Amino acid sequence: MTRFDKKPELTARLKDTFHNNILEVSDFRDDLTIVVDKGALLRIMEFLKTDNDFRMNYLVDVCGADYLTRSPRFDVVYHLYSIFNRQRIRVKIRVNDKETVPSVTGLWSAANWPERETFDMFGVTFEGHPDMRRIYLAEDWEGHPLRKDYPLRGYKDKYNPFGEEKE
Amino acid sequence: MAEIINEIDNGEIITKELSLHLGPQHPSSHGVLHLVIKLQGERVTDCQPEIGYLHRGTEKIAENLLYHQFVPYTDRLDYMCAMSNNLAYVMAVEKLLGLDIPDRAKYIRVIAAELSRIAGHLMGLGAWAVDLGAMTILLYAVREREIVLDIFEQVCGGRLTPTYMRVGGVRYEFTDEVKESCRQLVKMLPGKLDEYETILTGNRIWLDRNKGVGRISAQDAINLGLSGPALRASGVKWDIRKDEPYLVYDRVDFDVPVGENGDCFDRYMVRVTEMRQSVRIIDQCLRDMPDGPFASENTEIVPPPKKDVYTNMENLIHHFKYVSSGFKAPKGEIYSAIEAPKGELGVYIVGDGTERPYRLKLRVPSFMNLQALNDMVKGQYLADVIAVLSSIDPVFGECDK
Amino acid sequence: MPQSGGKLEDSFLFTTIENVAEVLRKNPVVTAVKEHNITRNIANWGISSSLWPMSFGLACCAIEMIATACSRYDTDRLGIVFRPSPRQSDVMIVAGTMTKKMAPLLKRLYDQMAEPRYVIAMGGCASAGGPYNTYAVVQGADLVVPVDVYVPGCPPRPEALIFGFLQLMEKIKRESPFVLEQKNIKGFEGAGR
Repeated sequence: MTRFDKKPELTARLKDTFHNNILEVSDFRDDLTIVVDKGALLRIMEFLKTDNDFRMNYLVDVCGADYLTRSPRFDVVYHLYSIFNRQRIRVKIRVNDKETVPSVTGLWSAANWPERETFDMFGVTFEGHPDMRRIYLAEDWEGHPLRKDYPLRGYKDKYNPFGEEKE
Repeated sequence: MAEIINEIDNGEIITKELSLHLGPQHPSSHGVLHLVIKLQGERVTDCQPEIGYLHRGTEKIAENLLYHQFVPYTDRLDYMCAMSNNLAYVMAVEKLLGLDIPDRAKYIRVIAAELSRIAGHLMGLGAWAVDLGAMTILLYAVREREIVLDIFEQVCGGRLTPTYMRVGGVRYEFTDEVKESCRQLVKMLPGKLDEYETILTGNRIWLDRNKGVGRISAQDAINLGLSGPALRASGVKWDIRKDEPYLVYDRVDFDVPVGENGDCFDRYMVRVTEMRQSVRIIDQCLRDMPDGPFASENTEIVPPPKKDVYTNMENLIHHFKYVSSGFKAPKGEIYSAIEAPKGELGVYIVGDGTERPYRLKLRVPSFMNLQALNDMVKGQYLADVIAVLSSIDPVFGECDK
Repeated sequence: MPQSGGKLEDSFLFTTIENVAEVLRKNPVVTAVKEHNITRNIANWGISSSLWPMSFGLACCAIEMIATACSRYDTDRLGIVFRPSPRQSDVMIVAGTMTKKMAPLLKRLYDQMAEPRYVIAMGGCASAGGPYNTYAVVQGADLVVPVDVYVPGCPPRPEALIFGFLQLMEKIKRESPFVLEQKNIKGFEGAGR
């Protein structure tokens, strides 16, 4: 398949254009993944969207991951797809608790709800987002459920008697 | 009387904006969707969907279960076409493990996925028609859907939540009786689809309520993250089965319908044509299915059949380890997507060397498709909101995870 | 006669109706008729033969509920007609997972139904939380509204739901139709789990 052959060229182009801002590149099971600096995120995203080799016009997903034992605790992962070139790429950045991430809703409006979901589940705020509030849970919910230190069964209340005791 | 006269200014009545809640409990809201619609007279100026009334915490459950124990939870995501969700998850786990499955299993999976597509589109079409007032179509569509559910029950015992796919293949053998039932379905279904088209496609009321309603251009659709039939109706020819083929979709011959205008009527035509193409795919797969095992022979990932467990010590150990602690996945992260009936259903798994996923993210099409609702209904009537919502066909089991 | 201020109580028609109702309440003939078996059977037969459910489909069980209402497993032959509004319905079928975000709305809809009203908890999630014992799911609809019939299954087959309806009809036939029971809502603090 042609799209797999182009990966070394694409990686080389990325490394040439953004030398210091790309921290890691990996290729596990044919998935191209790059880890970038938070400060260069918007520039790299715009490059990926507009450049002729990439033309990533479709934002597939924005999600987060919590690595409790690692120093920049959260990972925000962007999946992009190019309908023209049939090429996928994954862009990751690493943030700490209480740090804000620039929002990509200016480039792709599809990022609106996934970023709200990442905020709801992990507590990562996105600056520049038009409507930053919770999406899945009630407005007055405390805590961010998908963090590793939040219990699976939640805290005990009248609706779920199996939850953990609130300290 | 004096108050009424004061509100007329220059011959026009001054109106105030009304905020209407199309609440979570509503017969036409396809489940639990809360729409906050701002109306100026009868025209919609803003429409914000509020979701989360069915958020069950599936992703957090996945971090505490073994890989093969999570498959039943995937059934409950898009509950109208259950086997597609199973397929997305098991293909992601197999990509993480780097596992190859036998050919027969691939053909069986394609047949199951296409049957799910037919079942899902039939139910979506029925619900759409009953929302707009044509109750007959719901009864006809559910009648056909019951026949598809009969095939599911014959093959694995479950109607709505089959959990037929397993990591490494499928759970039960695809017997000859099931093949015969599928052949009967293939013979009978195109005639029924013609019946639906006779009732709906040329119908003046259907055309009036759907043509020109909810128009969205290809550029906006791509920007907003639409996928599936809603995107193809706007003219974008993107189908994961053709562009990034998985299983045996590169060996079967089918067309991908693409619309022109991007309105509700085109989305309806795309769905009906997709059902006809699914019948074509099932026909070819039934003809070309090879013989062989229906699951991988790797006994660590697929437990051996029960009668071998009783006679062989090694099989007993494999069975015990599978049930109690499962298989270990390598360290790394993958993303794998399939073309579900509603759009692109993707699974992002981060494996960390143990037998439980570290992070599992489900990219569900209904979640992304629903963002486009606001753009589609601006400036249209309140009754059009229902038509547009039904044409996007959201399912809240997957939208809220 | 209760005397209180306000425009309604002073109106002649209301006082007349209230007087008539007061007389009827204390009349031994009416009481004997109300407690007689035949009246009870007729009233219960009327209620149980035409139960109108409110469609409160939340998740996957809603699809099986729709399938039960369609042509193969018809519910219309039992007198069961699905109504969209709580004011026009007798029974509420909680079909699907109830989340903490949805629970206050469920209570509000239940309060809007007119007595006599019943609740069927359909499926594993509505009965006891189902496979979802997580931070966002209410472990059973009976923590919010009083449930009369539990239909287990995930999802229950349409035949199982029809059996649930028949059980509800049997239950109605056993009860007395004229006593308005104050059903206590079983909460976690009160009940001895």
